[in-house]
Amino acid sequence: MGSGIYNKPIAFALTATVVILIGTVVTMFYPMLTPEMHPKLENLKPFTALQLAGRDIYQREGCVNCHTQTVRPLKTEVLRYGEYSKAGEFAYDRPFLWGSKRTGPDLARIGGKYPDAWHYKHFEKPQGMFPQTNMPAYAFLAKNKLDPAEVEAHMKALDFPYTIEELSALGSKTDMDALVAYMQVIGTAVKKTAPVAAAGGVKEVHFPNPLADNPQAIAKGKDLYAKNCASCHGDNAKGDIGPSLVDDEFFYEKGDMPDDDYFEVTNNGTSEGYVEDGRTGKGGMPGFKDSLSKDDIWSIVAYLRSIKGK
Amino acid sequence: MSDYQYDNQTVKGFIVSSIFWGVVGIVIGLLISIQMWKPETNFAPYFTFGRLRAVHTNGLAFGLGVGAIFGLSYYIIMRLAKRPLLFPKLARFQLYLFNVGILLAAVSLLMGQTQSLEYAELEWPIDLAIVILWVMFAINVFGTIIKRKEEQMYISLWYIIATTIAVAVLYIVNNLSIPAGLTKSYHLFAGVNSANVEWWYGHNAVGFVFTTPILAMFYYFLPKSTGIPIYSHRLSIIAFWSLVFAYLWTGAHHLVYTPLPDWIQTLGIVFTIFLIAPSWGSVVNGYYTVGTDWSKMNTNYLTKFFIMGITFYGLQTVQGPTQGLRIVSQLIHYTDWVPGHVHMGTMGWVTMTTAASIYYVIPKIYHTEIYSEKVANIHFWLVLIGQLIFSITMWITGIQQGALWKATNADGSLKYTFIETLTKNYPYWQLRTVGGLIFTVGMLFFIYNIYMTIRKGSLAEAKA
Repeated sequence: MGSGIYNKPIAFALTATVVILIGTVVTMFYPMLTPEMHPKLENLKPFTALQLAGRDIYQREGCVNCHTQTVRPLKTEVLRYGEYSKAGEFAYDRPFLWGSKRTGPDLARIGGKYPDAWHYKHFEKPQGMFPQTNMPAYAFLAKNKLDPAEVEAHMKALDFPYTIEELSALGSKTDMDALVAYMQVIGTAVKKTAPVAAAGGVKEVHFPNPLADNPQAIAKGKDLYAKNCASCHGDNAKGDIGPSLVDDEFFYEKGDMPDDDYFEVTNNGTSEGYVEDGRTGKGGMPGFKDSLSKDDIWSIVAYLRSIKGK
Repeated sequence: MSDYQYDNQTVKGFIVSSIFWGVVGIVIGLLISIQMWKPETNFAPYFTFGRLRAVHTNGLAFGLGVGAIFGLSYYIIMRLAKRPLLFPKLARFQLYLFNVGILLAAVSLLMGQTQSLEYAELEWPIDLAIVILWVMFAINVFGTIIKRKEEQMYISLWYIIATTIAVAVLYIVNNLSIPAGLTKSYHLFAGVNSANVEWWYGHNAVGFVFTTPILAMFYYFLPKSTGIPIYSHRLSIIAFWSLVFAYLWTGAHHLVYTPLPDWIQTLGIVFTIFLIAPSWGSVVNGYYTVGTDWSKMNTNYLTKFFIMGITFYGLQTVQGPTQGLRIVSQLIHYTDWVPGHVHMGTMGWVTMTTAASIYYVIPKIYHTEIYSEKVANIHFWLVLIGQLIFSITMWITGIQQGALWKATNADGSLKYTFIETLTKNYPYWQLRTVGGLIFTVGMLFFIYNIYMTIRKGSLAEAKA
């Protein structure tokens, strides 16, 4: 670094370029040439036309400004959101949408967590489900029709496979339909661990509610119900997206079930074909084993029993 | 040395344009800060947080930041090269294209046309316009420096040259995309690779837009305003080369604990820690410069802007590397701590230093004195208080968020639902809006002062 360079602008600029490029080459260009930067999970599929249209809307509305899509391998993060993110999940993500800020929750494992109806209701009016949320309403998405020609151009640009039928079906779909379809595919290439087998999952509990008729537990259960359950089962538990919890049916069959079945379903969640005491569920219920303690869940059951038939 | 010779009109044009876009960006910033705690203030589809946030960041980074960088770099280059710009008409055309480009950029973002890459949201047609703008800038930067009439290139020119080169490389590579229509494209890079390219760009956008050109201003205008030469030329040489070397390695500290290969994360963290040294090289150089005569803090109203600015730069460049450490990142990443950090840099360092530079330049090119030092002092204290409220509230709520997300019950289950962790931010977000308001009022004092100075100057010229 002799003094000469400071009165020779071209030599100075060339030196600066080389100095700038060293870190660039080592941390950015070189990794690009290695297979570890291009992994792909075996069961990862390209987006369908409807899913890609949904992803485009996710981009357009700037969802990435408030929602991340990457679960870090930290204990509480895996508890809250699910399996931590794998490099091979994102091979078709152009660009990546990991985000940098969680004003809202991470969405890396949102696919399949709730039924479609939950998302429609939530996008329409988030405050209807979570009165204190700061998420803006996206009701207008249900009014915009998709343009199949535009989606086709996007599919072509990305070289994703599609069929003519798939495209023509888009004509009757809205931005909202597309965004929900995208929500439901995010993070699904990583196999969900079966709820019952998961750590903390409970199988065949057979004992009565230890907190039954306990007034304190009922009061606590009421509060927990409002925070965790009311958005799907309604404020009075008479059902909305999810079924009524105070009628005489369970898993769409007549005849209620004992407390411990309520506990199991709440604790484990359900997926399609989930069987509880010989009855088959449709799935769609998230499990609460990670966010609620056992006492919490028993309290909710005690609360539900206390309002039953009222 | 007439006005014509130094092409002050173009310099003034860039400064006034940058102030205009700054007002737009700051007002939108206020609105989105309210949207954080009052969702009814989202007006779909064009004025939701999701779309406006990019208008805020781009408006301020490219409108206020790059606009001021163009204007002040030209001012500095002409003085240090002791000659007018080599292509004055090109610079004038660049000014017009700049304003058209920023306007189109803002409209396109409101329309939802975005690449979803932070600080590289703009779609490919506008990217092309920006590349053209930058080439115009580079032609005048290099042309004028090569044809200079002063042999030695002063420190500020090194930083301007490095900025010109680095921004070109960063911007072009990260914006490579597959066009899928006039207003839509997909990143050429996918998944993990897309993330790595974007944050190599994203962090260095901070390095070469919010750091190196601002240091060029600092090294030029601090000695000019105080009349004290820079303390150590040798220190500035070491700081310069180690800064531009180390910056490019550090992008991955934005991707700690993501699926990006660990070795890239670790390298990123290591170089981020190293970056404290060159950053503080400039901080120390600034302190020691004024340290030869601290009375300048009282007697020269601009000195405190520069010293407070470089102080926030110093704090920023210690806080940033700390955040890169895995143990810290896992607590504060994805929380409001990060906007708190960013705004200390942008409101404390970049805006403070740029405003002081403009205070120096405008009276010079209008052959007059500043309209009111008193107004400048009010401006100083208001932006300082506003920025501190902003940053400190965000640090507190950021740590709170991180801690609540991690809190577990005795049986290992999570203690708080997400919505519970969210609502605890509201009081802090409201305070942040108050801080932003105070900052905005401070900036209005600045604009008033500049406006009155220009008016005074024009009148003086008319009389002459």
